[in-house]
Amino acid sequence: MADETLDAKGLNCPLPILRAKKALNKLEQGQTLEILATDPGAVKDFEAFCRTTGNELVESNQDGDVYSFLIKRTS
Amino acid sequence: MSDNEAKSMSIIVTKGSLDWAYPPFILGTTAAAMGLNVTMFFTFYGLTLLKKELNLGLTTLGNPAMEMPMMGGHMAMPNIISALPGAGALTTTMMKNLMKKKGVASIEELRELAVEAEVDLIACQMTIDLFEYKTEDMIDGITLGGAASYIEVATKSDINLFI
Repeated sequence: MADETLDAKGLNCPLPILRAKKALNKLEQGQTLEILATDPGAVKDFEAFCRTTGNELVESNQDGDVYSFLIKRTS
Repeated sequence: MSDNEAKSMSIIVTKGSLDWAYPPFILGTTAAAMGLNVTMFFTFYGLTLLKKELNLGLTTLGNPAMEMPMMGGHMAMPNIISALPGAGALTTTMMKNLMKKKGVASIEELRELAVEAEVDLIACQMTIDLFEYKTEDMIDGITLGGAASYIEVATKSDINLFI
């Protein structure tokens, strides 16, 4: 279970990333954030976001039209 | 990441129509979210994007690549129709409705996020003089500068864009 969940469904680029960044800032190191999104571009974008910022993308899943990402704050 | 080792990006923002306002604000806010130090330099028509009251519009006039989704297809507007009174306002309303429906952020929202992320917003002093803008009509937190201010930032930036 993630420490926090962010519902970014229905939001388009770059809002899921921007909202996720804000949510991550509120977490402690090592805590996790789950993000739900419907923007297919978010899959590649969260990978790039995590690589660049040094946070860990623990999981990336798809369930129908909804994508879910689990990010651990490590930066 | 400390500020010293952080990457940086600069953007020259030259256009102020609704459609062209998006690329600089999307890239600026996203780069800031990814830990980059971002500077946006607003000049000529881009300067209108710093006004407190945004009244952005767009036109299909002379813009043949602009097709709006319509009844399952796409429709481009002949210039002669685009030139009619009210056509620009209609196109702007359609675009804003479409953006809302598709969950695209408004420019106001992106600009607010840019300010919040401490993106450095520089207004071109020469353009302010040229178009007789008043700094009190602009949002708070901007700085005034000229070409040299931009070049100084650009020489130190990893990414420099002109939009």
